[in-house]
Amino acid sequence: MRNPRRTEKIAFFFLFLATLLIVIPVGLIVVIIIQKGLPAINWQFLSDMPRQGMRSGGIFPAIVGTIYLVLGAIIFALPIGLLAAIYLSEYSKDNFLTRIIKLAIVNLAGVPSVVYGLFGLALFVVFFKFGASILSGALTLGIMILPIIITASREALESVPDSFREVSLSLGASKWQTIRHIVLPNAIPGILTGTILGLGRAAGETAPILFTVAAFYLPRLPKSIFDQVMALPYHLYVISTQVPNVDEKIRYGTALVLLALVLFMNLIAIIIRYQFRKRKKW
Amino acid sequence: MVEKFIIQNLDIWFGSIHALKNLNMQIYANEILSVIGPANSGKTTFLRMLNRLNELEVNFRRDGSVKLDDIEICKMNIELLRKKVGMVFALPLPLPLSIFDNVAYGARMHGIKNKNKLRQIVEDSLSRAYLWEEVKDRLKTSAFKLSGGQQQRLCIARTLAVNPDVILFDEPCSGLDPISTAKVEEAMLKLKKDYTIILVTNNVKQAARVGDRTAFFLNAELIEVGETGKIFTSPFDRRTDDYIRGKFG
Repeated sequence: MRNPRRTEKIAFFFLFLATLLIVIPVGLIVVIIIQKGLPAINWQFLSDMPRQGMRSGGIFPAIVGTIYLVLGAIIFALPIGLLAAIYLSEYSKDNFLTRIIKLAIVNLAGVPSVVYGLFGLALFVVFFKFGASILSGALTLGIMILPIIITASREALESVPDSFREVSLSLGASKWQTIRHIVLPNAIPGILTGTILGLGRAAGETAPILFTVAAFYLPRLPKSIFDQVMALPYHLYVISTQVPNVDEKIRYGTALVLLALVLFMNLIAIIIRYQFRKRKKW
Repeated sequence: MVEKFIIQNLDIWFGSIHALKNLNMQIYANEILSVIGPANSGKTTFLRMLNRLNELEVNFRRDGSVKLDDIEICKMNIELLRKKVGMVFALPLPLPLSIFDNVAYGARMHGIKNKNKLRQIVEDSLSRAYLWEEVKDRLKTSAFKLSGGQQQRLCIARTLAVNPDVILFDEPCSGLDPISTAKVEEAMLKLKKDYTIILVTNNVKQAARVGDRTAFFLNAELIEVGETGKIFTSPFDRRTDDYIRGKFG
């Protein structure tokens, strides 16, 4: 005999279990990294050069390098992504070209990050002769986060009600004036959210910077955008696998700094989105 | 009477839907033309044709001639046409800006930057829409803080601020209570001295109250147009009479 109540209870149990299973790894990662990494965190660790073959000292150049790379990627990707999103959501008609562009964006989002690394090596490092440099790395990361920025910006633009556009046009404003004064200001929080998510992604990726910028060991700060830099994700890889006898504390400390950086960016995205929803009046 | 709009042999399609069939009519300067008809009769298409807002639809097509002051509207600069032919929408649609910025928006888009001039335009427009007294102390607050009726009068003020010749009203009172409706109608009657007004309405009584002439649309066709008094007492067409008496619609 089937008992519908019991079947429901069993289903409920498995659904709940599956959901719980998602929480456990996240919680464990955070707990373990904090537990093992926190003892390493002090002012010297954050602000000093690595010493003795990265076995002691700090990770300052890697933090600086990651910040440079992330900023560079955004400077490149945000304007292009935003303009493309405006074109796609406001101007483009549904034709063959538009469909190709949209397909390209979807595929760009699906490309594995190591392929971006190879692509960056071939195009920026070798072909454009930028060498392994901040410029090459930032451009590679920029291309990687373009689809995130375009998709988020398009959604933000399309969520502005059409009635606002009609009102603006009916008052004799041009299409560009309408976009500039009505659509964009109301889409900015959504665009920012997408941008910050892109930032977080760019900060955490190892593969795209592997061949294009990251230095194995470079205990000084870069002088120009054509210099190599150390970066947190790659540094973590190096001290975990390439350098023997690195204190566990230092490895987890580095991971903690990287994690905190990414979570901090996501937190900002969440706060902006929250403010936006609170302010939204239509 | 001076002809403002002359419409000849006008057809409009949205994809395969024939939304307006072989329309011929004139609209005179400084009159209030009421447009009535059941849903899907083509009256809103007719209205949005006059400021070319229909062109926002992807599959819009048209044929025929529409002239404003003897100039074919399709050949006019579209921003200039929309400056001359203002529109008030069915629902109060303030822009997400302050009261002041809502009214000043159109003027700013047309290049007026002088602060004193803008302030003057805002005060004039709000006064003519009978809203100035109610909002003059809180021009900087969000337009969404106003009541529905106030928002609709704000939208009228916003339209007046770009100094149009013609104002299109698309069922402007459909979301308003009777008192707010009376205020909007009062504003319309005062405005016709300076403007040509075209009022699309679902409220037959409203058409009778404010319209100098009334046009009746049914199934994408203009059935008849004439003096409001005549349309409401002895219409030429049987269907007009049936609609006005509420036999269908």
